[in-house]
Amino acid sequence: MTASDVPNTRSRTAGEKKFDGFFVGLTTAFAIGTGLLLLAISFIILMAAIPAIREFGLQFVIASTWNPVQDAYGALPMIYGTLVSAFIALLIAVPLGLGVAIFLSENFIPLKIRTVLVFMIELLAAIPSVVYGLWGIFVLIPAMKWFFGLFGLQFIGPSMLTAALILSIMILPIIIAISRDSLASLPPDLRQASLGIGATRWGTIFRVLIPAAVSGIVGGIMLALGRAMGETMAATMVIGNSNQISLSLLEPGNTIASLLANQFAEAKGLQVSALMYAAFVLVIMTLVVNILAQVIVSNVKAKYD
Amino acid sequence: MVEQVAAQTNQTKTSTVFKIEDCDIYYGSYKAVRDVSMEIPPNQITSFIGPSGCGKSTILRCLNRLNDLIEIFHLTGKILYHGQNLYDSDIDPVEVRRRIGMVFQRPNPFPKTIYDNIAYGPRINGFKGDTDEMDALVERSLKRAVLWDEVKDKLQESGFSLSGGQQQRLCIARAVAVDPEVVLMDEPCSALDPISTLKIEELMMELREKYTIVIVTHNMQQATRVADKTAFFNAVPTESGGKVGYLAEFNDTQEIFGNPKETATRDYVTGRFG
Repeated sequence: MTASDVPNTRSRTAGEKKFDGFFVGLTTAFAIGTGLLLLAISFIILMAAIPAIREFGLQFVIASTWNPVQDAYGALPMIYGTLVSAFIALLIAVPLGLGVAIFLSENFIPLKIRTVLVFMIELLAAIPSVVYGLWGIFVLIPAMKWFFGLFGLQFIGPSMLTAALILSIMILPIIIAISRDSLASLPPDLRQASLGIGATRWGTIFRVLIPAAVSGIVGGIMLALGRAMGETMAATMVIGNSNQISLSLLEPGNTIASLLANQFAEAKGLQVSALMYAAFVLVIMTLVVNILAQVIVSNVKAKYD
Repeated sequence: MVEQVAAQTNQTKTSTVFKIEDCDIYYGSYKAVRDVSMEIPPNQITSFIGPSGCGKSTILRCLNRLNDLIEIFHLTGKILYHGQNLYDSDIDPVEVRRRIGMVFQRPNPFPKTIYDNIAYGPRINGFKGDTDEMDALVERSLKRAVLWDEVKDKLQESGFSLSGGQQQRLCIARAVAVDPEVVLMDEPCSALDPISTLKIEELMMELREKYTIVIVTHNMQQATRVADKTAFFNAVPTESGGKVGYLAEFNDTQEIFGNPKETATRDYVTGRFG
């Protein structure tokens, strides 16, 4: 071997090394900054909520009057509305979304048509929520009026059910996209192994593929739940904004996000603080949902690793 | 179809398990394999050898209709299983695969417990027994795959907790749990270390008593060690610039390796190409 064949062993210049260090520092700062942003927002909300927390304490989450005139505030109807509307939305969207995800991850239809369908479903997520709200008012509510009219039921229009239906459509693309991705990323060996011992296609999907993809699917559902709980515009347009707890889904209700959107502009004094308190409760609720999702996913994973 | 095949199984048990007649295999308009005709005898190990792209795995996967999963796949000619054409329109591929099991190149246990990996096959095939009978079946299958002693204390652990060689034996146990007649093996040792390979080979020799085994292998020593009969597949360039596989020679393993009739076979088994 001659000298010219020796690989280039030139050491890195001081400048290059410095740049590496600088780059690591920069990305670290970005990452920490994003985390701090969450803390900062929560902190500001909490600070602004302190007067209301002093005034009402935990009574706030179990009282159900919301009266700005007398400055008496309780958020139970909105907490109830948030949970119920999101839960019903999940009830509708999970089976539907999972079904679509299975359909799109299998080769039931030619790839070209599938690609178009996937694209269109992803576009669903890009529709602004105010448009969903308008659609709810001008299409969904008349359709529901007609439908309930068939059974002789009086249906006023804005209601918990209307909001849940709109929310379910809005969270569908999240559930479909994430479930489809986790199904499609399973090794093809799994499918072949199951079919190879005489399993039917359905047996393979429900007994092997879905259990194997469950952590991704649950993650997607929890993300969708978070979205449904925090959704503001579409909910406020069709839920009726009535601060009451009604067991009938056909009655109007309210959610925390919708309450904030409606009242913030004209709120003064303690009402602002009460709204901040409600916002803080919403943050905690979504946080709990996300932590729950992490716990479920890691439990399911631990079972298989 | 079940009764039909079962009846024929009893009648013609001794002669031939598979009879492949003039098979051409296409992917779309691309002809991958041409003119394959051969007979695979029962309770023996038949190995398929040949260079990459000669279609040996393709042929193997036709034997339990696993190629049906590929949309553009189609086949002309006949593959008779105890006299019944597997590609007749009234044949249920799910039933075919239950009788003709498969072990794959890479160990692919389900993300389930060791126990459930074995129990899965019987369950989906309508196993009627109670828990004790299932326990017995799981034990029997694992013993047959010579894995029982290694896993009997950890049946509720994940299949992935095993080593590669153990996983492959788990897959063999899973295949025999549904009591197939044939076990197809697609390069079952190519992802394993030499000791695990040896174990799988010993296992194959034992399984031969009860099952018909067809194995694709890239390892010629393996073919000489385990196979009773060997088929050498070769690939030749076509006019359109692709390659098409064909069956060059099929005979007793000793003949293929000791006294090959074809020049291509001789060149391949002596390591001149491939």
